[in-house]
Amino acid sequence: MLTAAKYEKKLGAATREAFGRTLVELGRQNADIVVGDADLTKSTMTTYFAKEFPDRLFECGIAEANMVAIGAGLALAGKIPFVSSFSAFVMTKGFEQLRVLVAYPNVNLKVVGTHSGISIGEDGPSQMSVEEIALACALPNFVVLSPADETATRWAVRWAAAHRGPVFIRTGRPKAPIVYNDGAQFEMGKAVELVPGSDVTLVATGLLVAEALLAAGQLEGEGISARVLDIHTVKPLDEDALERAARETGALVVAEEHLVDSGLGVRVAQALAKRCPAPVEFVGLHGYAESGSPDELLDKYDLRAPDIAAAARRALARKG
Amino acid sequence: MERTHDPAALASICKQIRRHIITMTGAAKSGHPGGSLSAVEVVVTLYWDVMRHDPARPDWPDRDRFILSKGHAAPVLYATLAECGYTPKETLNTLRKFGSIYQGHPDKRFIPALEASTGSLGEGLSVGIGMALAARLDGKDYRTYVMLGDGEIQEGQIWEAAMFASFHKVDNLCAIVDYNKLQLDGFVKEILDLEPLADKWRAFGWHVIELDGHDIPALQKAFAEAAATKGKPTVIIAHTIKGKGVSFMENSPKYHGVAPTPEEVELALKELA
Repeated sequence: MLTAAKYEKKLGAATREAFGRTLVELGRQNADIVVGDADLTKSTMTTYFAKEFPDRLFECGIAEANMVAIGAGLALAGKIPFVSSFSAFVMTKGFEQLRVLVAYPNVNLKVVGTHSGISIGEDGPSQMSVEEIALACALPNFVVLSPADETATRWAVRWAAAHRGPVFIRTGRPKAPIVYNDGAQFEMGKAVELVPGSDVTLVATGLLVAEALLAAGQLEGEGISARVLDIHTVKPLDEDALERAARETGALVVAEEHLVDSGLGVRVAQALAKRCPAPVEFVGLHGYAESGSPDELLDKYDLRAPDIAAAARRALARKG
Repeated sequence: MERTHDPAALASICKQIRRHIITMTGAAKSGHPGGSLSAVEVVVTLYWDVMRHDPARPDWPDRDRFILSKGHAAPVLYATLAECGYTPKETLNTLRKFGSIYQGHPDKRFIPALEASTGSLGEGLSVGIGMALAARLDGKDYRTYVMLGDGEIQEGQIWEAAMFASFHKVDNLCAIVDYNKLQLDGFVKEILDLEPLADKWRAFGWHVIELDGHDIPALQKAFAEAAATKGKPTVIIAHTIKGKGVSFMENSPKYHGVAPTPEEVELALKELA
């Protein structure tokens, strides 16, 4: 376990890069792994798979709905298909197909969204996905994974391939800060307690896990003991860990690179309302962003460690 | 089931399937009789003559696949699966009722022998492509058939799929358009005309066969031609009559989504005796 003050932000591979590399390893192990892409192989990083297994990569052109449905057909015929595009496209243009052809009949399709959140940067809001946690979690039978770094992504992709049923994995464009050591172990549906703490719990997912770790370090300097939970599995949610956090620390912050009205935060609030109501503050997006570098955008839209620390102080102030 | 190549025997099976469609939708008091009746000859010719399948082994990996993309025509598929022996005939009249395996639209959770759950229009052709690609990867020679509605192909995804299938030379795939000229709101040509339909499919790179969708020998010949056509997928544009076989239902927009009354059931069954 880390101590908060010792966390040093160091960039590792982008989570989409880790996805692309892991897919190739899986492809070598299992001939049934096939991939669909919609004219973005060089961005989603399925290009590595395409190079090694050209016959098993189906380039669908710019037609995401068709790609998702072809994926469903491949799965129904016994393949293990991964379909990938920017989250902003595959989850919106493919949503109806995911609903009727995948979620409802519980078909074994894996969907990997890349370039999620606003950290895609310069491309701007039409390419930024800030709704897809809501969309993916809305689909029964889906497991929704949101890995924080390359190590967590490698696990997520391997787990998805081994699991029989639909999975959505949320990955990002920029290099992601390293959170885990190479050998880190994960369990689907189990939050990782990265830092122990007793005053407040910082619940984070994806890119904001590193910011939460930094925030815990800042709070430690103020004498506030902040627990950090990485929610790599957004659905099913680790309600036990959240209940424990509410009982033991009495206040929580949820931090995510997603709209606050429909993301991890509302799911955490729902879980706590059932299990153990506690004050919760929400760090996330309140609308659409704009073009800029990922760092400029994370700063402007208040998705940084100081924003999480400020939210923690607000949550603490609301404790009974 | 007893397979047959004899058009007269197939025609007699068609009549039996039509009787089921009438009694099922009559008992359900809802459903889509018109577009089920128009598709009967296509479905019967496939299941009794053309397709490689075995009701004793619904999960046989080498079976030919059939996807009813126009899922609202579920009664024709349910009657066929029951007559083939996949599902019980005795409960066909529980169609659409609570607890029935014969759900409003084809639902794989209730009938594992269904190749796909359908009902949202425009999606089945892509699913069929996925199955056909899997066959190719696995070196298997099974064929995939997808039945489309005419109104259904107003959906844009159909044309994404059409473009993909010809570009990737998916020749183990055969689509059938049940061109009965009617959709819920009225005549297709007045809602959103498809013409020139054969030209559209040709422009998308498909081998096109146009025929009378109630002409069994023509269908047999067309399916053989489709199987023999290499390098491109085949679409059979089947000109059909909505409500076919029941005089007062034929060409009537009303029976797209309205079930026959008990009196109409009686009249229809007399015509189908």
